[in-house]
Amino acid sequence: MERIPILQMGEFLLVTIQVDMHDQLALRLQDDLTDRIEHTSARGVLIDISALDMVDSFIGRMIATISGLSRIMDAETVLVGMQPAVAITLVELGLTLPGVSTALNVDRGMHLLRKRVGRP
Amino acid sequence: MTIREHGSQPVRIEQDVVLARQLTRKLASDCGMRLVDLTKLVTAVSELARNTVVYGGGGDMDWEVIEEAGRTGVRLVFRDEGPGIADIKLALTDGWTSGSGLGLGLTGARRLVDEFELDTAPGRGTRVMITRWI
Ligand SMILES: Nc1ncnc2c1ncn2[C@@H]1O[C@H](COP(=O)(O)OP(=O)(O)OP(=O)(O)O)[C@@H](O)[C@H]1O
Ligand SMILES: [Mg+2]
Repeated sequence: MERIPILQMGEFLLVTIQVDMHDQLALRLQDDLTDRIEHTSARGVLIDISALDMVDSFIGRMIATISGLSRIMDAETVLVGMQPAVAITLVELGLTLPGVSTALNVDRGMHLLRKRVGRP
Repeated sequence: MTIREHGSQPVRIEQDVVLARQLTRKLASDCGMRLVDLTKLVTAVSELARNTVVYGGGGDMDWEVIEEAGRTGVRLVFRDEGPGIADIKLALTDGWTSGSGLGLGLTGARRLVDEFELDTAPGRGTRVMITRWI
């Protein structure tokens, strides 16, 4: 079964979305990730979308759901690596992703997460 | 208006949504569309193709590369023989969904393209035509 890998980096989880996602894959990732947060007690989740050349309302909704679920499980979500053309398109599409933080790249995202969870 | 190239492909299952995006990306980039415009068009296609699968019960995407008054455009038609949309005004309202979506697909797609035409009625299926000029 096709799956998006979830990497553990200390107390954070890193998900790199690289494939042209279809709906089933997106839904499976949502399940896998909540599972992993529960089992690793992760405090933060980084979603790297630098390889995505498009984010539509379906993927947007998935990101918002992951971030909402993470928050309930006491973990923060940071979205990293959004391509400029994707960002411009999202605004016009009308997708605002309230409550989802973004960072330029994984490094900055990690930095932001550490600050958020109170680690220097 | 002249049609330089045209074709059609099925939009029946969710993998077809990915294929519709890929074909659109290729058509647009072959015509030299700018990355931002191309991304907007591909995103609109993703929304409309998904609607065709989810609400329309599957259908087809017709595509054309057209020329008019010295400019090139990519035109796509999504058509299905599903239940159609009873209240077009409501369907074209930001945030309205009959399912569990965000209700951004139709309105968002309309903002992302240059031309948008929705033709639908209960029991007559749905047809959405979009065009993006280069
Ligand atoms: N091809 C179609 N056939 C029948 N009904 C449709 C079709 N496309 C859209 N609709 C109706 O119009 C509504 C609005 O569609 P729209 O794409 O804007 O939002 P959504 O699909 O519900 O959510 P989102 O696209 O944000 O995930 C849908 O909920 C559905 O009721
Ligand atoms: Mg939709």
